[in-house]
Amino acid sequence: MASPLLEAVGLVKHYGQVQALRGADFTVSAGEVVALVGDNGAGKSTLVKLLSGAGRPDDGEIRLDGVPIALSTPLEAQQLGIETVYQDLALAPDLDGSANLYLGRELRKAGLLGRLGVLDNKAMRAGARAAFAELGVDLQNALTEVANLSGGQRQSVAVARSVAWASRIVFLDEPTAALGVLQTGRVLDVVRRIRDRGIAVVLISHNMPQVLGVADRIEVLRLGRRVAQFTAADATVEQLVGAMTGARSDQEGAA
Amino acid sequence: MNALWQRVPKGNTLWIFLVLVGICVAFSVLNPTAFATPFEARTVATNASVLLVVAVGSTFVIITGGIDLSVGSVLVFSGVVAGEVMHAGSDQGLAAGWGTIGLGLVAALGSGLAWGLLNGFLTAVAKVPALIVTLGTLGAAYGFSQIITHGQDLRGVPDLLAEDIGLGRMVGGIPWMVVIAAAVTVVGAIVLGITQFGRYTLAVGSNAEAARRAGINVRRHLIKVYAFQGLLAGLAGFLALAYFDTTTISGHSSDNLAAITAVVIGGTSLFGGRGTVIGTAIGVFIPAVLASGFVIVGVQSYWQNVALGAVLIVAVYVDQLRRQSRNRQ
Repeated sequence: MASPLLEAVGLVKHYGQVQALRGADFTVSAGEVVALVGDNGAGKSTLVKLLSGAGRPDDGEIRLDGVPIALSTPLEAQQLGIETVYQDLALAPDLDGSANLYLGRELRKAGLLGRLGVLDNKAMRAGARAAFAELGVDLQNALTEVANLSGGQRQSVAVARSVAWASRIVFLDEPTAALGVLQTGRVLDVVRRIRDRGIAVVLISHNMPQVLGVADRIEVLRLGRRVAQFTAADATVEQLVGAMTGARSDQEGAA
Repeated sequence: MNALWQRVPKGNTLWIFLVLVGICVAFSVLNPTAFATPFEARTVATNASVLLVVAVGSTFVIITGGIDLSVGSVLVFSGVVAGEVMHAGSDQGLAAGWGTIGLGLVAALGSGLAWGLLNGFLTAVAKVPALIVTLGTLGAAYGFSQIITHGQDLRGVPDLLAEDIGLGRMVGGIPWMVVIAAAVTVVGAIVLGITQFGRYTLAVGSNAEAARRAGINVRRHLIKVYAFQGLLAGLAGFLALAYFDTTTISGHSSDNLAAITAVVIGGTSLFGGRGTVIGTAIGVFIPAVLASGFVIVGVQSYWQNVALGAVLIVAVYVDQLRRQSRNRQ
């Protein structure tokens, strides 16, 4: 395995009396898809929040390229090339795909007009079309309002947005939970394509067969700790479920 | 099917425009000699210009999903402050020059901006609902106006202001009031339509959480939007002062509802996320034309309120239908 791109060591996070993470570890390398699995309440969402800058750990260390980093806002993570697609997608339904892709990072026209805040919609549309095409996302055009897109297309816009800006890592929180079979297949294709560009993908999912199908490695969380790591090729659904529920406790799995 | 649905939102403005044209045609047919005249057009447009300036700001506020009920009081307050400043700033009385008038304009804009900033701060930072914040400032600004003037309308606006701006016309016979309101509308339409400020306004109204996660400073943007509304209410107060030649303290209690009605008729969603300034301009003129037309064809002018109420409810109902059809997808 290559040296890790992003590494978390001994992360602890409390919410009041609740201990969401109790010394969790996590590793992901460039160009691999890592699935993060665990039962409800295992701490998956909390871990992703800390790694994407949406929260700060009470204890422990996060390292990017081996260097300790402190993320206090999602913006700081984004500046380091770390993007997150949330379960609720966080799209503006009244804006079109292009406007959503560039939301908060709008391109302005050159010269005086740009300094007055005038947007370069033409450039943004071209950029959005290229971004969607690169992912093989089938979007008739980048000009359709997100409200008028299907669930799968919306998911594609959200994923395309994160990928367009992520140079290092993309976190995908349950990206296929709301999708049909066909759309799920498409999103998973996109996940593979992102990986092939050398970006690390962290996938959170409850769907074990899907996890085994798309991930290179699997890390299992239970009660706020990493309890197992698997290589997807060598793992079975039974092993994953066993590690998630605590029925099995082979600490390092097959990794 | 998809292509049709894409066109509907943009087509809304066209439909409203056609309604306005239809109303104009109807009155023109009913009484061509009185209604379809340059005089009537000038009168309607001049009467509507103060409200139009306010409503351009309301468009931005309502697109963010907010509301500003304080506009009428802020307008009055700004007019009062401008009147006092002009009175105090010159010993020439009604003969005061453009310097004094400029001072009055700055005072009006500053007063409006201050109320707008207060509304924005309380709404965005203190998280008090906009309805309550602006209900509070509606009362407060009105109260201060009466305190300053002891409840008596200020008279004695400089003649230059009242005659050259309030009643004056540009080359070609277009009243300056109309020119100024049109300029505000064009600037508002450009800002909303093609600038980053406009894009953020739409994004915040469409999904504030998404905007926040995309790195937009939602609080700061909301403060700016309410400040912009306040600034325009201040300008409207100055224009009203010029037009009426007095402060008309008690004459603006329903300006807020008139502005909201115009914005909503113009196709802006009360739930935020979409709207146009051009639609608002049309929405200002529908009631204005109805009012003038009813008088001309001899219908009791009270029917205007009935017609307006009906149009308002239909406009919001259409917006609801649109949202339901999109949520079903």
